[in-house]
Amino acid sequence: MRKNLKYNLSWLLLAVAVYLGIFVLKSVGLLSGIVEDTLSLIGINVILAVGLNLIIGFSGQFSLGHAGFMAIGAYATAIFTQIQSTYTGFLLSILIGVGITIVVALVVGIPTLRLKGDYLAIATLGIAEIIRILIVNGKDDLSQGIFATGGAAGVFGIVDYANWEVIYIFMVLTTIIIANFIHSSTGRTVLSIREDEIAAEAMGVNSTKVKVLAFVLGAATASIAGSLHASYIQTIVPGDFGFMKSVDILIIVVFGGIGSLTGSFVAAILLGILNHVLRNVQAISDYRMIVYALALIIIMIFKPGGLLGKKELSMKKLFQRIGKGGKENASVDR
Amino acid sequence: MENILQQLVNGLSLGSIYALIALGYTMVYGIIKLINFAHGEIYMLGAFIGYVFIQYFHLPFFVALVGAMICCAGIGVLIEFLAYRPLRGSTRIAALITAIGVSFLIQNVMKLRFFAGAEPRAFPQAIEQKMIEVGPIMVSNIQLLILGTTVVLMLGLQIIVMKTKMGKAMRAVSVDADAAMLMGISVNQTISFTFAIGSALAAAGGVMIGLYYNSIDPMMGVTPGLKAFVAAVFGGIGLIPGAALGGFSIGLIETFVSASSIEGLSAYKDAIVYFILIIVLLIKPTGLLGKNTKEKV
Repeated sequence: MRKNLKYNLSWLLLAVAVYLGIFVLKSVGLLSGIVEDTLSLIGINVILAVGLNLIIGFSGQFSLGHAGFMAIGAYATAIFTQIQSTYTGFLLSILIGVGITIVVALVVGIPTLRLKGDYLAIATLGIAEIIRILIVNGKDDLSQGIFATGGAAGVFGIVDYANWEVIYIFMVLTTIIIANFIHSSTGRTVLSIREDEIAAEAMGVNSTKVKVLAFVLGAATASIAGSLHASYIQTIVPGDFGFMKSVDILIIVVFGGIGSLTGSFVAAILLGILNHVLRNVQAISDYRMIVYALALIIIMIFKPGGLLGKKELSMKKLFQRIGKGGKENASVDR
Repeated sequence: MENILQQLVNGLSLGSIYALIALGYTMVYGIIKLINFAHGEIYMLGAFIGYVFIQYFHLPFFVALVGAMICCAGIGVLIEFLAYRPLRGSTRIAALITAIGVSFLIQNVMKLRFFAGAEPRAFPQAIEQKMIEVGPIMVSNIQLLILGTTVVLMLGLQIIVMKTKMGKAMRAVSVDADAAMLMGISVNQTISFTFAIGSALAAAGGVMIGLYYNSIDPMMGVTPGLKAFVAAVFGGIGLIPGAALGGFSIGLIETFVSASSIEGLSAYKDAIVYFILIIVLLIKPTGLLGKNTKEKV
């Protein structure tokens, strides 16, 4: 317990140090608005990617519907903050989004997680599309009922409580929750299902229950990311949460390494920077998506396991390495 | 009753396009277990190549159709060679991401002004639309052409797969690639051939949808591509009759939902398609025609 405290403390210190770093850079004036914007979007993408990585990388279930759960959170915030546009209202709306998402993920997950591989992928894709179509067909404004999603035009003028600091805090929180879940005993049963479901069941793991648990947890973080996205961008349309968004998140996960939380961080940051550069350099902005697509293909051909594979940055190994003078191959941990 | 018959015809012509695209999905899946997300883009390229042939070279419709099929067969083989072959040994999810990358690449290259531009274009009316009265219902000659061409292509595909040596090789590779190689089958050639056939079918669908709907654009492949994939899974992915059945079913469901007299239901037509798909998968997890295989430890 005490040993773990040391590692947890060092993680916390790292998180605070990064926060202070950004804060200082910003107050000195080295961070322009565009860079801050990029940082916030990276933060939201990290939350999404870490959640999806839990589902795909750690429990081994192929979900193509992550954007659907994000949409639930985004619209929960968009609608509820119209009723109560205070800071508490914003936080409450996140909770409401998470609550609805958990219910939906349970209803959807219990039957569909029996499916395997591509069949599960297409079922989750279908669910995300159903959510999106329900939102497109929602009411125009609150006078017509609570499901006021504004239809295809979406909702605009959402209160902007989510600045980069709020996003950063939520990013750290969701990552801590998911990382601790993976390292808990339930987390180990999740990993065992990824490795071999039949063997895990033979050892007494209730595979459906564990898979649903991982799925629900991943979905709940997606909902949080959706709420932050809605409040940060302030305008949401159903088209934001289509199949392409799910693919975007999937790309971050696979690019970083399926089954590596560190990888999801690295990939979200690298792709965020790539997007930033491609969007803001005039000469190549027309070719943004082409460069993005080519980069994706080339990385997959030359590094099909993603940038980090299954490697994680682990404080424990780092300390051991420092302690033993770098003899062991550190920072390699599952 | 007349209305039902009328919608049946509309649904079948839409369904045959889905079936043509789904066949390519299912063949590629059957042979290398890859969801080829770039398949919808091949369909879009087919429509554009047909457009160029008719608009600029003034070729007759069927020559343009065959020309587009041949060009797309080449493109399909090229994509497989450049993007998928290097990934043959790696994980399926890596191959899937590459397929998505290829799909993005084709869409965005076509969106450049040098190629097609993002704006939709009007497809030339190579065949004038005529309405034919068959008993109580109206059928356009284009619908008949779509249905007829689809049936001919499906029969052709069935003959290729079942009667030719290449077809036998395809079936062998899809059952067990390693064993097929030991029997002297060139696996790479067989996979290239599968991509060629699948892409040609998608191109045919693209040219015919251009003629039917009159408008083509670089993003036209996304939704039909997704629907065709749903169709392939619906019928049981990897099975050629399954893709045909799935395509026609999805087309019919969609048409009947959008034509139904219940108010406001048509806005939910895609949701209903996905809902039925999920129900089918829950009852029969390998699709309508799929067989359950026992997992061996």
